[in-house]
Amino acid sequence: MQRVRITHPRTEAVRRMPTRPTSHEIDEQTQVGAVYMDSLIRSQRRLAVMVCLTITAVLVGTALLGALVPRFAQLRLLGVPLPWVVLGVLVYPVLIMLAAYTVRKAERNEHAFTELVRQR
Amino acid sequence: MSGQGAAVVAVVLVAVATMGAGVFGLRRARTTSDFYVASRAVSPRWNATAIGGEYLSAASYLGIAGLILAYGYDVLWYPVGYTAGYLVLLALVAAPLRRSGAYTLPDFAEIRLGSSIVRRMASGLVVLIGWLYLVPQLQGASLTLATQTAAPHWLGGLVVCTVVLTAVAVGGMRSITFAQAMQFWLKFLALLVPALVLLIVWEHRDAGLGQGYPTAPERTVVSLATDTTARLPVAESLAVEGRVDGVRVHGPIALAAGTHQFEKGSVVTLERGDVVPVITSLPAQRNESWLRPLGSGKDHPLYASLSLILAICLGTMGLPHVLVRFYTNPDGRDTRRTTLIVIVALSSFYLLPTVFGAIGRAFVPDLLLTGNTDATVLLLPQRLIGGEAGVLLSALVTAGAFAAFLSTASGLTVSVAGVLSQDVLGRRLPGSQRAQRIRMFQLGAVVAIGVPYLLSLPSEHLGLAAVVGLAFAIAAATFCPLLVLGVWWPRLTDVGAMAGLLVGGLLATAAVLVTMIAGPARGWSGALLEQPAAWAVPLTFVVMIGVSILTRSRVPADVGRVMIRLHAPESLAEELRSLDRSAL
Repeated sequence: MQRVRITHPRTEAVRRMPTRPTSHEIDEQTQVGAVYMDSLIRSQRRLAVMVCLTITAVLVGTALLGALVPRFAQLRLLGVPLPWVVLGVLVYPVLIMLAAYTVRKAERNEHAFTELVRQR
Repeated sequence: MSGQGAAVVAVVLVAVATMGAGVFGLRRARTTSDFYVASRAVSPRWNATAIGGEYLSAASYLGIAGLILAYGYDVLWYPVGYTAGYLVLLALVAAPLRRSGAYTLPDFAEIRLGSSIVRRMASGLVVLIGWLYLVPQLQGASLTLATQTAAPHWLGGLVVCTVVLTAVAVGGMRSITFAQAMQFWLKFLALLVPALVLLIVWEHRDAGLGQGYPTAPERTVVSLATDTTARLPVAESLAVEGRVDGVRVHGPIALAAGTHQFEKGSVVTLERGDVVPVITSLPAQRNESWLRPLGSGKDHPLYASLSLILAICLGTMGLPHVLVRFYTNPDGRDTRRTTLIVIVALSSFYLLPTVFGAIGRAFVPDLLLTGNTDATVLLLPQRLIGGEAGVLLSALVTAGAFAAFLSTASGLTVSVAGVLSQDVLGRRLPGSQRAQRIRMFQLGAVVAIGVPYLLSLPSEHLGLAAVVGLAFAIAAATFCPLLVLGVWWPRLTDVGAMAGLLVGGLLATAAVLVTMIAGPARGWSGALLEQPAAWAVPLTFVVMIGVSILTRSRVPADVGRVMIRLHAPESLAEELRSLDRSAL
């Protein structure tokens, strides 16, 4: 076995080596650039998938509740059958809240990406 | 007669206001880009109300209430789906599509895949979906005018065609943005005011729906314009002038439970409390069952509900008139914010048709006999309120209805005309001077709305909302996979896209045609054909992904650059040369 000495090159020359801006890496589609883009696309895709799964859970859940739980149909709220209140009124605020969350989160992902690209 | 007069005045006012907005917009439409997409410089709030105005069609305004009257709870999925569709669009494609810089769906296909064949297939689908969506708008217009006045059944559609073509000819898209935003508010108020009045009156009368089958709330005279086969759920004695089951009748007749033939021209007088016969194309349901989930009387209601939700949620992003409107936002971030406001606007609007449908079950159940349930919204104000107030509210509702036909029809006409003039007519004009391009666009507009007008003339039709549902199903089975994979999956190839569009488009269209021509079939085959989304959408995804993997050598060379443009935020525009549009 051979001993190898590893030292940190504490020279000014290395420190002053011109760094390439991240935006160039992305523009030229180098591997580094691809890693950056991948991180953005992956974070946005995760958000998209999560929102779609939540919508599915809410809507399919409501449909199955109506189909499988007979008691659900017999409940009343202010004289109106509960299923009508849920699907005619209450779903909409849920959709709006999900939409607001999506917009905020997507903008935050983009902001983080912008910061990351400008960092160096 | 005063009711008719008020309705005519309402229609004329809406038509003139729409054309006026077109002329107003003309002074601003300077460039071709102005003409097509209002130069992409409209603020999110204006744009959102314009999108809402354009999206709320005859199906939303008239159709949903009518279907609720006939089928009950299960129909509530339509408006929920129409709204959730925008949420799916927001989450999956809104900002990247805007950033792609394309004007139309075919543009996106070409930018992403660099294939003129995929582009042309997308163009064909835009025209198909646009026409399928336009037919019910024009039928709705004809129905409204014929219901509210003594107009012949072809006139309403013709009025819509004329107004739309005039507005499009003089103003292009910018004018339409103004008109659409205005029409959103008109539609919203035109349902909100009568809905509030109806709720108060209903509360006051303390008339619940009650148990059992729908009964006439008061003496109602029903004239049958066509031969009608109706089902009486229980034995009932009705006063009829005309011919029933082939026998000449003149006065009260005892009818057994079961189906009966009423000859064209017969007049049925329903007395208060008479059980209403229901045309055989609609289910004769007890009110208890009508109120219950899955009580619509259709076969396999759970499958039908879920498949319908899927079609509407995923189809929204593939509607030609929806996407072109997003390109009028300045950037991807504004596009998202616009979509959020659209969802708020739609959520407020869709509370209203339910009110009309439910009250309609109690007060205009005679529509179950004629099958003309799409007229629920139009008839309720006069029937329940009456007098001057009833006339005024009825005129308001008619104005809102015409706003719905005009806004959706003009949006669709612009989109379809854009595709026709670029991909069909414009190809022959290599020079493409501005004036010539605009003339091609106008010619495209005539074709875009003329063909569906001719198709709308035969009088039989499925419910307005049901036909629109079929358009959604085709959009979901074709454009949804193309857009979602195009935005998120770099390995999509042109051949994969072609195969998917072909399979999804052909199967969904075939299912739609069978349903429209042969009428709804019973059993599983009927359910699968009537609601094709649940099997057609996954199939298209599988085909697109599978064929793309098999043809992986054909992944476009510039896909990396396109992906950067689709996803990188505009705030990096100064640093990132890839976002520079002039480089295109």
